[in-house]
Amino acid sequence: MSDSWRGVAAENRDDLSESVSLLLRARSRRLLAGLLRPHRRAIAVLTAVIVVSNAAGLAMPYLVKTGIDSGIPPMARGEGPGLALTIVGLVLLAALTQALTRQAFLYMAGRIGQDVLLELRRRVFDHFQRLSLSFHEKYTSGRVISRLTSDVEAIAELLDSGFDGLVTAVLTLCGTAVMLLVLDVHLGLVALVPLPVLMLFTRWFRRESSAAYRRTREAVALVIVHFVESMTGIRAVQAFRREPRNQEIFQRLNADYRDANTRGSRLVAVFMPGIKLIGNVTVAAVLLYGGWLALRGEVTVGVLAAFLLYLRQFYEPMQEISQFYNALQSAGAALEKLSGVLEERPGVPEPARPVPLPRAAGGLRFERVEFAYGAGPPVLPAFDLEIPAGQTVAVVGTTGAGKTTLAKLIARFYDPVAGRVLLDGVDLRDLDEATLRRHVVMVTQENFLFSGTVEDNVRFGRPDAPMAAVAEAAEAIGAHGYIASLPQGYGTQVGKRGGRMSAGQRQLVAFARAFLADPAVLILDEATSSLDVPSERLVQRALRTVLADRTALIIAHRLSTVEIADRVLVMEGGRVVEDGPPDRLIAGSGRFARLHRAWLDSLA
Amino acid sequence: MADPSGPPAGRGSWRSLWRLRSYLRPYVPALVVSWVAALLGIAAGTVIPLVGKEIVDGPVTHGDRGALLPLGLLALGLGVSEAVLIFVRRWSQTGPVLGLETAIRDDLYRHLQRLPMSFHGEWQSGQLLSRATTDLSTIRRFLGFGVLFLIMNILQLAAVTVVLLRMYWPLGLLVAASAAPVVALSLRFERRYIRISRTVQDQQGDLATLAEEAAVGIRTVKAFGRRAHVYDGFDRTARDIHRTSLEKVRLASRFFTFLEVVPNVTLAMVLLLGAVAVGAGALTLGTLVAFTTLVLQLVWPVASLGYILAMGQEAMSSADRVVEVLGTVPDIVGGSAVIPRPRGHVRFEGAGFRFPGAERPVLRDVWLEVRPGETVAVVGATGSGKTTLTALVPRLCDVTDGRVTIDGHDVRDLSLTSLRSVVATAFEEPTLFSMSVRENLALGHRDAGDAEIREALEIAQATFAYDLPWGLDTRIGEQGMSLSGGQRQRLALARAILGKPRVLVLDDTLSALDVETEALVEEALRRVLADATGLVVAHRASTVLLADRVALLRDGTVSHVGRHADLLSEVPEYRALLAQDADLDPEQAVR
Repeated sequence: MSDSWRGVAAENRDDLSESVSLLLRARSRRLLAGLLRPHRRAIAVLTAVIVVSNAAGLAMPYLVKTGIDSGIPPMARGEGPGLALTIVGLVLLAALTQALTRQAFLYMAGRIGQDVLLELRRRVFDHFQRLSLSFHEKYTSGRVISRLTSDVEAIAELLDSGFDGLVTAVLTLCGTAVMLLVLDVHLGLVALVPLPVLMLFTRWFRRESSAAYRRTREAVALVIVHFVESMTGIRAVQAFRREPRNQEIFQRLNADYRDANTRGSRLVAVFMPGIKLIGNVTVAAVLLYGGWLALRGEVTVGVLAAFLLYLRQFYEPMQEISQFYNALQSAGAALEKLSGVLEERPGVPEPARPVPLPRAAGGLRFERVEFAYGAGPPVLPAFDLEIPAGQTVAVVGTTGAGKTTLAKLIARFYDPVAGRVLLDGVDLRDLDEATLRRHVVMVTQENFLFSGTVEDNVRFGRPDAPMAAVAEAAEAIGAHGYIASLPQGYGTQVGKRGGRMSAGQRQLVAFARAFLADPAVLILDEATSSLDVPSERLVQRALRTVLADRTALIIAHRLSTVEIADRVLVMEGGRVVEDGPPDRLIAGSGRFARLHRAWLDSLA
Repeated sequence: MADPSGPPAGRGSWRSLWRLRSYLRPYVPALVVSWVAALLGIAAGTVIPLVGKEIVDGPVTHGDRGALLPLGLLALGLGVSEAVLIFVRRWSQTGPVLGLETAIRDDLYRHLQRLPMSFHGEWQSGQLLSRATTDLSTIRRFLGFGVLFLIMNILQLAAVTVVLLRMYWPLGLLVAASAAPVVALSLRFERRYIRISRTVQDQQGDLATLAEEAAVGIRTVKAFGRRAHVYDGFDRTARDIHRTSLEKVRLASRFFTFLEVVPNVTLAMVLLLGAVAVGAGALTLGTLVAFTTLVLQLVWPVASLGYILAMGQEAMSSADRVVEVLGTVPDIVGGSAVIPRPRGHVRFEGAGFRFPGAERPVLRDVWLEVRPGETVAVVGATGSGKTTLTALVPRLCDVTDGRVTIDGHDVRDLSLTSLRSVVATAFEEPTLFSMSVRENLALGHRDAGDAEIREALEIAQATFAYDLPWGLDTRIGEQGMSLSGGQRQRLALARAILGKPRVLVLDDTLSALDVETEALVEEALRRVLADATGLVVAHRASTVLLADRVALLRDGTVSHVGRHADLLSEVPEYRALLAQDADLDPEQAVR
């Protein structure tokens, strides 16, 4: 059976960067350098500490050799254990030094790593929040979340497990090679002969395992998506008897994942014994050749013992490198993606010199505004509109007429391609974010609730508002009674994304939030679509008083909303085709009059 | 987010893990091979240093040239064998270990699909996912590697200790004695380490929630200019992670250092006592060399023993969590009856529903009849139980009182397949999966042909699907093309009417459509409902007009049934619910 059930989608950009080699690209290097710069000194100390630690570790076999060769003979001659005791003392000292420096290294390295992670998390999160909506619409929330979670965690994983391993392995490898040669050049060279083989073998493994690892990640991602979607959509699954087909698909994805995992673990099954084989062959060669040399008195027994100990130290870390590659690879890919995000510039930048606007009356003007989404067709061609302060304007029109675009331009979710949008005569681009948001607030049909209590969610409109103001806002839109009837009243948890509330209830909370914010300009984009009729009526009654002294732009499919407007704009193809007080338009014979009659009919 | 249902780390019992052993049964031969290979591998690894001893004591000390080559070749042979045996062990282990995990995951998924909505309502999908991924890998690692290494390490420890004792007992005793505290201490460390790792994981979960909310709710955050507010919350949790992680780092740095110190100190002691012994002539030089190598060989088994024991405890609590799900008995299972030729006569006969433990029932004593081909609208205030009522028909939840029948059969007597092919539902929130449009439409209806799909799409006004970049093969849902709310609902509608179910339940399916599209869809629905039995949840007068009769839900029961016009004029409460602007604007009513 084929994979056709998944359907076709545009190639995911994320997947491509995974194949980028381990060599970090310039921007990743820049990011890394920037993150590490504040820790320059600590890194210098760290380097010194790790060198001392490794020197102490490397000294141990050498001391064993000295002990065997120089400590024992005097004792055998009955000259007392003086030298042997000194050497044992030195071994203990080396062990202690290694322990202390190693602990210091692990702790310091861990601390730097965690500081870097914290900084990275903060930077990426803050940057995402600064990037404009146009970016978020393209990038999608799923990818934002994985940047902030799995990617940062991939780097954490590397710091946790791999980093120490890499440093230790490299230092041990170099140090051991030097010590072997110092102890005995001939025997040392014999012991190092397998080194090129080892490198080629490791390179082969690295290549193969990175491919296998990528396949595993892709396979597990599919398993997870299918699993989670089946569970969140279980109602549809059961209602439409999807279970057998789902099981079939799941088992196949699961089997794919198993196969990918099998490949990865077979690679390790070859790599680990392979390293062991090279190590054991080397040990045998050292025994044979070293034994022969010792026989001829060219090396001492102590040297032979030290060689065996060094070879152990040499090959042991190599075994762990297999795990380290995966961590390094995914961290490299993660860094690449994160640096990509951090180099995105906000499409709606903050002004360099913001114009202060402490109080706003709420007059809005569009001057020759042109707008298009990306390279798409123009949505608004040379648009002019004047909304005096305090006016309530209803915008109607079919999907795609440009109503929502109008709203988004006023809220400065986007900037016009040409022309300007003015609030009280000030170009929106000259207002800093805090000022603009204090004066202009938009409520959409999405009415997102954050996990927390109802009170927290209303207060989102004005975080410093006292409880009384929160209740007042709820009262104003007629939601107080409903909220008070909840099990814990305002303290009721709304559940994940407001999951414990119905769409209508969420919308009421979102409304209260907007009223608490108390802006000069309020934009309602389909904000009442999920309310049942009695609630909608309450909200509308409230709107009449609430909107009395502020500018409002109301977009609605349901024409009931229009009743409270001072003025109606009918839009089509990015232009205003009808403009006037509702009564006059209804009395006429235009589009609005037709729409209105159709709507009245639907009410029976 | 702490998982409230999972037992705390280190409190698991062997019972759950033991229950899962049957999954290993198909792999007994492969397991035997890997265990034998493991045993032989340890033997080879232990003998190699002894060969080294012979070389030092024989040829080197006594100048016995002839013995050097055979001994050297023996070391080579043993070294190669050890590597090959490790390879055999690892290779033959792969099948059983991954097979076990895959089989349990398949079964877990199968079981979860059978568990009813009441179960899924209480369990977040994230909790279920962590059972299907993290917990299963923990179990896999332990049953695959942990148990093997547990036994192997103990054997190796015993074997090497015996060898050491036989070589020179005072030194052997010293080495053996140093093992016990190391195992005990590392077990304690591991437990703490696992606990703190869990905390970090939980905090990462919290952070993920915040990141998710900030990403999904970006419009709200921007609309209110609350960047700083949201950032503060994120920053607080990020700093919590930082703090806990530092604690973890500190613990780990001490632990790993400890693991390295112990063998080194042991080595120093061995060297001291060994040197004295050699000096006294009680020990040969070769033995001392072998001794030091063997002592180092013990480091890993000793140190990892604590790690493996902790891993075993973790695997036990993971097994508990998996078995907890696998052991939940589905309380909605199908009967055996089948309706051969369904007419679609639905009757609620004194039906009631109460959430377990709830004081008040959601529905009580509901009597309602929907005759074949008839459409009944269900109207009621928010929270009056409309959705619950419709869920009783396809048994997404079961009545707690009375019964629901279709063509005279209690729905609980019907097989689920039969029942759910008679009843189809379009939900208020359309669930789309990350699959092709075709797959999303067909769902359980596997043999749907192109003509049928086209018809359903046309009726639902969803032919836009053909214009998507890859037509019906376009992937939609979270991982594919994003569609507007109206498009999603029309697809959900098309899904429901595909296969022409006898009973069609529409749970406020039209709310996200604009007026013009809604009119088109309604017109189409009218045709479908003409010959199917319909149960339609309605918020708007326009939707109610699809129905022949209306049932008003009030205080959890059907208080009125009648025609829309009649209810409108006779029942004030109905008028309040449906007649828009009834009292909002008196002038409007006049006009």
